[in-house]
Amino acid sequence: MENFYKDNPSLKFHLNHHLMEKIIRLKENNFADKDKYDYAFQDFEDALDSYDKVLEIVGEICGETIAPNAESVDHEGPKLINNEVIYARGTQENHETLTKAGLIGMSLPREYGGLNFSMVPYVMAAELVSRADAGFANIWGLQDCAETLHEFASDEIKQEFLPRFNKGATAAMDLTEPDAGSDLQAVQLKATYDEQKNQWFLNGVKRFITNGDADISLVLARTEPGTTDGRGLSLFVYDRKDKALTIRRIENKLGIKGSPTCELVFKDAPAQLVGERRMGLIKYVMSLMNSARLGVGAQSVGIAEAAYREALKYAYEREQFGKPIINYPAVYEMLSVMRAKIDASRSLLYETARYVDIYKSYSFIQEERKLEPEERNDAKHHTRVADALTPLLKLFASEYCNEIASEALQVHGGTGYMKDFPVERLFRDARITNIYEGTSQLQVVAAIRAVGNGAYLKLIREYQEQHVKPEFEYLQHTLIELTDDFEKLSRHVLEAKNNELLDFHARRLVEIAGYIIMGYLLLQDTHRDQQYRKSAEIFIRKAKTECLSRAEFIRSFEEKNMGTYKITWD
Amino acid sequence: MSFKIVVLAKQVPDTRNVGKDAMKADGTVNRSALPAIFNPEDLHALEQALRIKDRISDAEIYILTMGPPRAAEIIREAMYRGADGGYLITDRKFAGSDTLATSYAISLAVKKLQPHLVVAGRQAIDGDTAQVGPQCAEKLNIPQVTYCEEILEIKEDQLIIKRRLERGIEIVKCKTPLLITVHSSAPTCRPRNAKLLMKYKHARTVSELVEETKDYTEMMTNKPYLRIDEWSVADLDANVDFLGLSGSPTKVKKIENVVLARKDSVTLTPEDKDMDFLMKELIDSHVIG
Repeated sequence: MENFYKDNPSLKFHLNHHLMEKIIRLKENNFADKDKYDYAFQDFEDALDSYDKVLEIVGEICGETIAPNAESVDHEGPKLINNEVIYARGTQENHETLTKAGLIGMSLPREYGGLNFSMVPYVMAAELVSRADAGFANIWGLQDCAETLHEFASDEIKQEFLPRFNKGATAAMDLTEPDAGSDLQAVQLKATYDEQKNQWFLNGVKRFITNGDADISLVLARTEPGTTDGRGLSLFVYDRKDKALTIRRIENKLGIKGSPTCELVFKDAPAQLVGERRMGLIKYVMSLMNSARLGVGAQSVGIAEAAYREALKYAYEREQFGKPIINYPAVYEMLSVMRAKIDASRSLLYETARYVDIYKSYSFIQEERKLEPEERNDAKHHTRVADALTPLLKLFASEYCNEIASEALQVHGGTGYMKDFPVERLFRDARITNIYEGTSQLQVVAAIRAVGNGAYLKLIREYQEQHVKPEFEYLQHTLIELTDDFEKLSRHVLEAKNNELLDFHARRLVEIAGYIIMGYLLLQDTHRDQQYRKSAEIFIRKAKTECLSRAEFIRSFEEKNMGTYKITWD
Repeated sequence: MSFKIVVLAKQVPDTRNVGKDAMKADGTVNRSALPAIFNPEDLHALEQALRIKDRISDAEIYILTMGPPRAAEIIREAMYRGADGGYLITDRKFAGSDTLATSYAISLAVKKLQPHLVVAGRQAIDGDTAQVGPQCAEKLNIPQVTYCEEILEIKEDQLIIKRRLERGIEIVKCKTPLLITVHSSAPTCRPRNAKLLMKYKHARTVSELVEETKDYTEMMTNKPYLRIDEWSVADLDANVDFLGLSGSPTKVKKIENVVLARKDSVTLTPEDKDMDFLMKELIDSHVIG
């Protein structure tokens, strides 16, 4: 019996983090559901035990059903028949199994049939499903849309749509259009209100829509004629039952082939407004994108874990020059660096999830009662850190995922390039992670704010205050040196007061912050459990060289040098 | 219509992934070295019961198992998948029971429950006898349908069942109450459900409650569905002569470790002489006998 949760002790390690008590208490609103639902948690221990046991179910389904189906799903893919997307057989089985196991709508409150799970275990489930099949993880992961409806829609919409999730309804978020990709402010799909019918109607085209033929779709549309920016956009919910959608085609992609990417045409499609007009992009989609970025973080870690395991297994089995290739420095270094990157990005993933958990819970509590001043400050702090960590996570986890998948294929040599081993699929699947839900370049645009406003530095200095065992102080010293240098470097770039120069160095600065943050997280992990010691050492050593090379580039660079990089199209 | 189903299940050592220490020196199964699991074909049986419950809203499913106190684990496992409850037949006096003694005890328990249908797995992976189900039916004096793959039609008084046989399928109509045994070609069991797991994870037998350090009194009073009943010899009103070693005519004479090795290939003709040779070979190499 393969179980992806039980065979990876790192998940339980992160589940047992000391902040979980606070997270669960806030999420459970002091266990208010205790006597209302027969499956509600009685107390903290009960909740943590349930998280653990439910993740065991997820791990079993991943190991026994989803992973074994991944290859056939990749080959078969979804089909478009009579304007309907038909999933590959394996995808159907995966979805049915997870529905029967009650694992859709995991984070929704119990009153809507959900499990009321906090983000940490939900993100763990996402990591597990992604390790089993990253393409399928998209279909399953779009239950995030339920969270957006829960947060912003009216009670009527919530009553109508939310209970359907746990029964197996699928979802999609219809944002991108042919001329509105990274720049969502350019969305043109039109929403018009028919006074007589007392109903909104949608008209226009959406493109690259994951799971476009979903039961429930969230659609970003322009409600204010004459506007051209994000302030004219609103969010709608469309029900597949209305059959007002034409699916023009399913894209033929490099990877995540099991996940249907659709081009959609809305023709007088009835839809309901979610929340307030004009808030679609600037508030709701921003929130949706943040959880989607956390989801891609989980997906990246999951793919990386799968690729690492394939590479490790192969390196032990494959013999050349009379011994298994794992014995050669060139190979074992690759594998240990992969391991360190996975441990680092996973730590960042769950650190981010914890901050998101706490601020989200506060925002729900706020709807019921006024927060105490102390709570308000705590909420504000967690929101700020979550906003700073989310793009950093998306950037690093997805880039590492690509590097690890590529290295894992390299360990396989020529065999890896053939279709015979799963690693080629993982390599193809990995490639989307640093593109969708905002490219790496766009994550830097979001993350550089946290360099400018000092959010990263503040967080790092907080980490610095945490106790470290004497035997690991040398690692902490390295990180302190890097932090001092990061402070100087950021000041150096910011003081030039040249926005283009800041954009030019943005990725370098953000990455330096990322290395230090992940270094500290691994140090904290090592403090709790010696098994992370090797990864902490390897990662911090790597962090130092990476930071120094970026620092050298920034220091020796003059504003006028930017011209060298500008390309003209002749 | 109301429809009561009893599923017979057994907790068995997982003999599918056998390591070096799976057998003790005396040739018996080393149960401590093998994880205890829900007998696989009993899970297929449970799935058939659950499918009936999917079709008939007020069907009720109870798991019946016999074994040591820890066998309550599989009752919980079944509840996580949709069973409504379960009964554990447990008593030191049952120790050493063979299939005859076991089916005697189980049939007494089934009689107490009065179900429309009893569903069992074809056989357990530790003994591979496939006897307990059929023997129960005989003792209960109800019809039995073995090797079931699918239940095609359900009425309160009658079932139509598809059987999987060596050379094809057979469709059978049978009056209730009846006992069926389910073949491994039937669909595997659905996964554990997260909500049911969280609802039933505290379900306990009386013996388990004694072992618990946490106080369950309040929980058991407020949530009576968490109680798993245990039945002893006295509860079943059983005749002890038919139980345990005294009630078990099966006596193990000798246990041998057999290692099958490939020898030369032999061509046989369909003549008596060659057939005699083949039978002798098969008996000598312990393939049959």
